Amino acid sequence: MKLISTYLIGLVFGVGISISGMANPDKVLNFFDVAGTWDPSLIFVMGGALVTTFVGYRIVLGRKEPLFEGRFSLPTARTIDARLIGGSALFGVGWGIAGFCPGGALPALGTGRWEVFAFTAALVVGILIAKFIQSIGASRAQTAS
Amino acid sequence: METVFTPWASLAGGVLIGLASILLMLSLGRIMGATGVLAGLFQPRDGADFQWRAALLAGMVTGPVVVWLATGAMPAVEVPISTAALVLGGILVGIGVTYGSGCTSGHGVCGMARLSPRSIAATVTFMIFTGVTVFVARHVIGG
Repeated sequence: MKLISTYLIGLVFGVGISISGMANPDKVLNFFDVAGTWDPSLIFVMGGALVTTFVGYRIVLGRKEPLFEGRFSLPTARTIDARLIGGSALFGVGWGIAGFCPGGALPALGTGRWEVFAFTAALVVGILIAKFIQSIGASRAQTAS
Repeated sequence: METVFTPWASLAGGVLIGLASILLMLSLGRIMGATGVLAGLFQPRDGADFQWRAALLAGMVTGPVVVWLATGAMPAVEVPISTAALVLGGILVGIGVTYGSGCTSGHGVCGMARLSPRSIAATVTFMIFTGVTVFVARHVIGG
């Protein structure tokens, strides 16, 4: 039951991404190309998603707990540090080059297009590189202390 | 290449993305962040943690197929750049979202909807850097 509902939630997300245009690098890059072939469509994606989620979260997060779990798993980090800003800047550069963000690419795998698989493979490599560097940093910090 | 302005389809898609985010919070109490869902698959806490991530991902991947069955056309995926650029972009996105703890869905939608200062800072940062990168790639290097 839990897994079926989670699958269906993924499906709603995947259909949303598909019809929104977020799975299409050409459209994404044109959104940012204000000085060229500008296509403002994606402001409607962000706007629609944000307003819907804002209202829905107000209601859902008023509950004591989610339906299938004992508690809400919300991020607890509060500080805006160099890691957050630097990482987000690097993500922006990559998104500006490729036109895919993770949320756009994962559903787009379902189109079967090899370009999406190439991007997603590179994305996974990038995630694993970053996690490897972080684990070296963490073990060094442990040795030092 | 020019793309057609699609305000209604994009708005509807955005509402569905929002709906999925709400439902995942309601059912599992989780943030709908593509980065977090994907990264967690590689180091899940336990079997149940792996299962919900895999189920969500399977649903996402079925999305375009359902659109195809309903409309007769696969969602457009047009890649106007070289394969080398696509792979370089992918690696940078992977490193960036790991250090930045999120991407467009996690920070840009879910975190912003929670009015999280970290997510607002992250979203403003990546939107600026994406815009600058596209400008440089298309009008400075490419122009």
